[in-house]
Amino acid sequence: MNELLTRRHVVAGLGVLSLGLLAGCDMGSGLSYKYAKDLSNEIMGRKFKLRDAEGNEMMLGSFRGMMPMIFFGFTQCPAVCPTALARAAQAKKLMGPDGDRLQVVFITLDPERDKPAMLDAYVKAFDPTFIALSGTLEETAATAKEFKVFYEKIPTGDSYTISHTGTSFVFDSRGVLRMGLSPSLSAKQCTEDLLTVMSVC
Amino acid sequence: MKPVKYLLLSLLGMSLHVSAQTVVDDAWVRATVAGQPSSGAFMHITASTDSKLVEVKSPVAKTVQIHESTMKNDVMSMQQVPSVALPAGKTVAIDPEGYHVMLMDLKGQIKEGDNVPLTLIVEDSKGVKEAIEVTAKARALNSMQMDMHDHGAMQH
Repeated sequence: MNELLTRRHVVAGLGVLSLGLLAGCDMGSGLSYKYAKDLSNEIMGRKFKLRDAEGNEMMLGSFRGMMPMIFFGFTQCPAVCPTALARAAQAKKLMGPDGDRLQVVFITLDPERDKPAMLDAYVKAFDPTFIALSGTLEETAATAKEFKVFYEKIPTGDSYTISHTGTSFVFDSRGVLRMGLSPSLSAKQCTEDLLTVMSVC
Repeated sequence: MKPVKYLLLSLLGMSLHVSAQTVVDDAWVRATVAGQPSSGAFMHITASTDSKLVEVKSPVAKTVQIHESTMKNDVMSMQQVPSVALPAGKTVAIDPEGYHVMLMDLKGQIKEGDNVPLTLIVEDSKGVKEAIEVTAKARALNSMQMDMHDHGAMQH
């Protein structure tokens, strides 16, 4: 009797364990990050539909199984955007083999000037696995709004630059939003928290 | 090492400093991909007297502007500025984090290793302008500031 109970416990325990294994994830949201902002209570990125360089429609679900890190910028940003892209490339390397599961996604806030082929070549100059997405002006605005990303055109002479939120949004491999990485963090700091997310999912 | 040697060294350093007007070090330009219309130029400038950088010209771009990057609540902004102050003897960094030179409407792709000519117009406190010719080497698109690592860490 006693033995049976124990086995029942074990079986029950296994059931829970295998459920967890099936999902492949720790469902708990109580992850503590050293540097990142916990965004597990936010809902972002569920609706956007943009296109890659080949014109394929891409959404969050397109990256399932990968850990997407999404951020916004534009190629005529000489300073901060390349720094953020270089940081992402460096973090991916610092993650070692786990870095293969990090999918860096760059969304342009300047679809008028960032034409898909040039945009794609630009992000791939940082890492050949990086993906660039673009949409129409309306789609871009809707996507930014969904991510609560602020952006604004600033005229300079005949041209313009764009002020924008520099946060990188990190989702786990099931597409659950986990954290936001500030542009002021270093590649090493980002890597530590990216590995924390990866350790559960 | 005797104290005399230190004195000699520092005197030598001073004399170099006085003879040079404005010194530009580590000038580089970020390479571009084909069709990319703009890029940035970065360097360190040290002026011997209080001056300001008022203009930059380059044959590779139709328009060259001096911009300043700022970050507030993780929102990054770039804005054109009329000049950059160059206090006497202080090395001012023209880098992606702060002031930088925008090369706009590029006439062609800038490839890694290219030599990009820049002309810096520096104005001293008496209003006298000096043109400084600089050759900036194009670095790979994914080049990071060397101190980027510590930079982030220092803010915590």
